[in-house]
Parts: sequence; structure tokens; C-alpha cells
Amino acid sequence: MSPYFRSPNFYTKSMKILVCISKAPDTTSKIAFTDNNSKFDENGVQYIVNPYDEWYALVRALELKETLGGSVTIISVGAADYEPVIRKALAIGADEAVRIDAAESDSLFVAKQIANYAKGKGFDIVFCGKETINYNGSVVPGMIAELLDIPYVALAHKIDIAGNTATIEREIVGGEEVLEVNTPFVISAAKGMAEQRIPNMRGIMAARTKPLATEAASAAEPSTSIKGYSLPPAKSGCKYITPENAGDLIRLLHEEAKAI
Amino acid sequence: MVLVFADNHNGKFPKSSYEAVGYGADVAAMMGTEAVALTCGNITGDGGLGNAGASKVLHASGINTSDSQQMCRLIVAAAQKVGATVVIFSHDIEGKLVAPRVAARLDAGLVPGATGLPTADFIVKKNVFSGKAIADVAINTANKVITVLPNSLAIKNTGNTAPVEAFSAEIGAAGVKVKEVKAENKDGEIPLPEAELVVSGGRGMKGPEFWAPIEELAKILGAATACSRPVADIGWRPHHEHVGQTGVTIRPNLYIAVGISGAIQHLAGVNGSKTIVVINKDPEAPFFKAADYGIVGDAFEVLPKIIEAAKQFVASK
Ligand SMILES: Cc1cc2nc3c(=O)[nH]c(=O)nc-3n(C[C@H](O)[C@H](O)[C@H](O)COP(=O)(O)OP(=O)(O)OC[C@H]3O[C@@H](n4cnc5c(N)ncnc54)[C@H](O)[C@@H]3O)c2cc1C
Ligand SMILES: Nc1ncnc2c1ncn2[C@@H]1O[C@H](COP(=O)(O)O)[C@@H](O)[C@H]1O
Repeated sequence: MSPYFRSPNFYTKSMKILVCISKAPDTTSKIAFTDNNSKFDENGVQYIVNPYDEWYALVRALELKETLGGSVTIISVGAADYEPVIRKALAIGADEAVRIDAAESDSLFVAKQIANYAKGKGFDIVFCGKETINYNGSVVPGMIAELLDIPYVALAHKIDIAGNTATIEREIVGGEEVLEVNTPFVISAAKGMAEQRIPNMRGIMAARTKPLATEAASAAEPSTSIKGYSLPPAKSGCKYITPENAGDLIRLLHEEAKAI
Repeated sequence: MVLVFADNHNGKFPKSSYEAVGYGADVAAMMGTEAVALTCGNITGDGGLGNAGASKVLHASGINTSDSQQMCRLIVAAAQKVGATVVIFSHDIEGKLVAPRVAARLDAGLVPGATGLPTADFIVKKNVFSGKAIADVAINTANKVITVLPNSLAIKNTGNTAPVEAFSAEIGAAGVKVKEVKAENKDGEIPLPEAELVVSGGRGMKGPEFWAPIEELAKILGAATACSRPVADIGWRPHHEHVGQTGVTIRPNLYIAVGISGAIQHLAGVNGSKTIVVINKDPEAPFFKAADYGIVGDAFEVLPKIIEAAKQFVASK
């Protein structure tokens, strides 16, 4: 048969995608600590899906599924208090979710849990966010990739797929790079990857009954542990310059702040 | 031994690489050992890595790859060769790509974005909650990996030159292939994440046609330009200029914010700046609480005065 008569699906292999979702305090939360500055003060704190995981990773994964077919599974490593956040993510449109039942003690621990779950399940793409807005690590996805021994593209802002090959754009110093990689691989999503989706009522209702499995964590010692928190030193206060004397700013920046 | 991966771009080492080498040298001194730097590509002499604190440079000249698996194999091989138990990176684009792999391979605890040196029992400070707090993170494993937050520590100036030793390792095939490199910054334009000085505009600038004073001030000072999220979202400015919680995080020496209200999500991307200047016509704008210098006034009246003074300042230098 002539290649022109190949099925239209020839270049559209369906994608089995795993999206790693972490929970984060709402971006307007007051950051304070209790227990002698050893614990984050959760009093009055609302939790959201980490914005990079939701806006960029999950939404792009759903778009790929919508055009190519396949499935989107959400995975979180966390205690039971993760469930409302996982339901929020399900409301945006994933098929199912799994929670690895363990306190998220440290990055390598989390990565080991996710890699253990993913191993042998045939995921084409493991999608992560660029970083969590509470720990700002930017490390879990790279660790997952190494543990699964598959390629990793970090801080990507565009991905398209044809057959088994993804074309990905990522930021580099002073510009961007267009990369090609075959499935399976791990990707971390930065701004630009997709537009935020607001879950509708139907999504929210459907999310209530979507499968949310719980699996026990595999044994692993935390490789790092947080010993305590402190707040950054407060600014000594703002020095005001009148608009008429605005030019004086340059002198102050040079002589006083030594910034220029 | 301490191994430091020192990235360079076509032979030119960014400041952040020298900062990482200096950090490695201090960690090595604390442990009573030395810091060896590993670098790739074409370099001149020791690339200034000896002056930055390295006792020796391992030079993998033939290697130039965007593939993190290959880089990981190279760095792990170098760590094994020199017997390193601590591996240091900069918390830059390359460090974020490769350090997590190296940590997973060495089963090492990793502290990403360290802002200070470790204590004797390897407790390291890092920013958390997007700069709103600092955590003391202990590394519990025998092997340790640390990435150093750029612009957190001074560069060393030891006056030494380090011996350069050729290094190669079996790094396997590349899973990730580069198809195209697009330079985003026009000639002479400063990439935002590396900029020491940044001039930034928000919705108060009214529209893209009014950006000239921001660009002019940036040009005179040799600064990069940035913007708030809504400004990028409505297309007044390119997306790569968007700073904040969901955009780029920057830590320049100077951040000048014009017509930006100072929402908490914006501050999360800029609160590491050493000096912050806020220009806003609303005296109640929350940004003034985070500012070192403030001017309450109309940007379009204030900026020309600052531009004039900046011109004179630059001319007098
Ligand atoms: C989850 C989440 C993530 C977000 N992430 C980011 C992010 O990464 N970065 C970001 O920037 N925002 C982010 N935002 C949006 C943020 O909350 C604010 O809406 C945004 O920063 C406001 O931008 P702005 O200061 O330019 O505009 P506005 O808030 O509209 O402020 C404009 C300011 O200009 C001043 N002004 C007006 N005219 C003049 C004049 N002639 N001269 C001088 N001053 C003038 C006004 O007094 C006002 O203070 C996020 C929001 C959410 C919910
Ligand atoms: N507890 C977790 N469960 C699932 N995914 C996570 C978890 N923590 C981090 N991740 C993923 O890893 C990314 C980077 O996290 P971090 O390395 O902590 O900055 C996040 O954006 C998530 O996609």
C-alpha cells in the first residue's frame, strides 16, 4: 500500500501519561512557623495544587491526551490530607489518581516512591512541575528520571508529539533550545506550557467518583531533613525620595546602596 | 574530596560557576580536603577556576551535550575518579537539570539552592516558600550534593592557577537531541536570570507603546528588563520577562519596579534582590513595604528625571 494511504493514526500513538502533583499553600498564605520554628504553621492555610503542576503539567498532559488519545494518571506522595487537593486536580480532567501513603519527607524519598510506582507500568511521559512553591527544589523530576534510567528535559515550555517522538522547547541561558526525545521520558513544565483551566461543575462532580487509589510507600530513609525554619531579615524600611528630586535616586544607589 | 561541576558557555564561565567553585573550596577546607572542578568544552588555561578556589581542573574537552543522562554519567565518573563524597553545582539551568540525577545515582541527599555554607554536621540553609522563609536542611547520607543559589556568595580571588588534567568517561548515547538553538536575547541584551540590574514595569505603565522610558533606563544602566505577569499575559511584553511566583525568579543587586503594585506572587520572584526601588503613584501600594527606596509619583514624570541623572552618572564614570 502506498504510504499516502496509511491510517491517519499512523503518527498519533496514544500517550499514557503520569502527572506528579504536589500540594502547596495558597500563594497568599501567611508564612509562619510553630513548635519552636520546626513546623510550618498550617493555621488558616488553604492548600492548592502546586501551580506549576496544575497550570502547566496537568493541563498540557490533558491536551496531549485529548489530541492523541491515551490516559492521564495523577500521582501524589503524601498523607491523607492530600486527598482534597488530588480531587481538585481530578476535577480538571485526569482519569484516575493514586496516592502513595507517606508523609513527603524529602525529595529523594518522594522520587523513589514515584519511580517505584511507575516502573514497569509503561508510562510514555512522566510530567512534573518546574518546582514546588513551598520547597522550591526543582529536583524531584530529575531524580525520578535517573531512578527510571530514562531521559529528562527540565524547565520546558512547549511540547508536541508525533509517533514516539516529542519535540520540546526549553529555556537555556540567553535563549531556548528545541530538543527531540523518544518516549519514555520525564519532563518538568515551566510557564508557557499551557493555559490555566478552571474546572467546571461537571468536572467537579465527576472528580468525586473518579478512582483514587492508595498504595503503601516502599521503605526508604529520608536523605535530608528540615531542622528548623527562620524568616528572612526584615527590610530596614523604605527611604522615600520626592518625585521632584527623583534624580537623586541615582546618587543614593551609587553612594549609599552601592548597587550601581 | 569535593567535586564541583563548573559549567561554561562557549568557554566563558558565568559568575555562578565561580561562586560554586568558591563554595566547593570552602566546603573542602571545612572537611580538610580539596576541591576539584570539572568542566567541558573549550576553555582557555584553567578558565579562572584556580583563582576561584579549585585545586585542580578536570577537563572533558570533547563533551558538549544537552542530555542529562550523559552529563550525569560524566560527573559520577569524575566523582569516582577523585573519590568525591560531596558534589557541588550552581543552582542554574544546568545544575537543576543534572544535579538531581547525580544525587539519585549516588543515593545522596541533595540541598537545592543553598544560600550559605554547611555547618560541620552538614546543615545547609536554603530559601523556601519562594523566599518568604529560610530552612535549615540536614543532609543525612554519606554522599552529598549541593546546588548553590546564584548571587548568594562572593567569588574568591586566590591568585592561584590550577593544573588542568584531561578527563574522559564512557557516557553512552544521547537520548535527548538538539534540533535548534534560538537566541532569545538580541545582541547586547542581558539575559534576565543573570542580570545584576533589572528595570521592571507593571500594569501602571499603561501600554506597550509607553515602555520606552523603562528600556532607556535599562540601557543606560546596563540592566535587563522585566515585567509583572499581567503585562506578559496581555502581550505588552514577551513572556520571558515575566518575574514572580509563576515566572522567573531573580536575585539581582538592584531591582527597580515601576507601576507594579507588589502582589505577593510578584514579590516571590524578586524578594531576593539586594536593593529594591519602587516607583508607584499610589502611596498605599504594598510594594513599598518591601522597598529600600520609594518614590510616590507618576512614572511618566519621575522616569525622565531618573534617566537624566543616570545619563550624567554614566558619563561621569
Ligand atoms: C497563583 C498566582 C500566581 C501569580 N503569579 C504571578 C507572578 O509570577 N508574577 C506577577 O507579577 N504576578 C503574579 N500573579 C498576579 C498578581 O497577583 C498580581 O495580579 C500582579 O502582580 C499585578 O500586576 P501589576 O502590579 O503590574 O498590576 P496592578 O496590580 O494593576 O498594579 C499596577 C500598579 O501601577 C500603579 N500605577 C498606575 N499608574 C501609574 C503611574 N502613572 N505611575 C506609577 N504607578 C502607576 C498603580 O498604583 C498600581 O499599584 C499571580 C497570581 C496568582 C493568583
Ligand atoms: N509529594 C509529591 N508528590 C507528587 N509529586 C511531587 C511531590 N513533590 C514534588 N513533586 C513533583 O516534583 C516537582 C518538583 O518538586 P520539587 O523538586 O520539590 O521542587 C513538582 O512540581 C511535582 O510535579
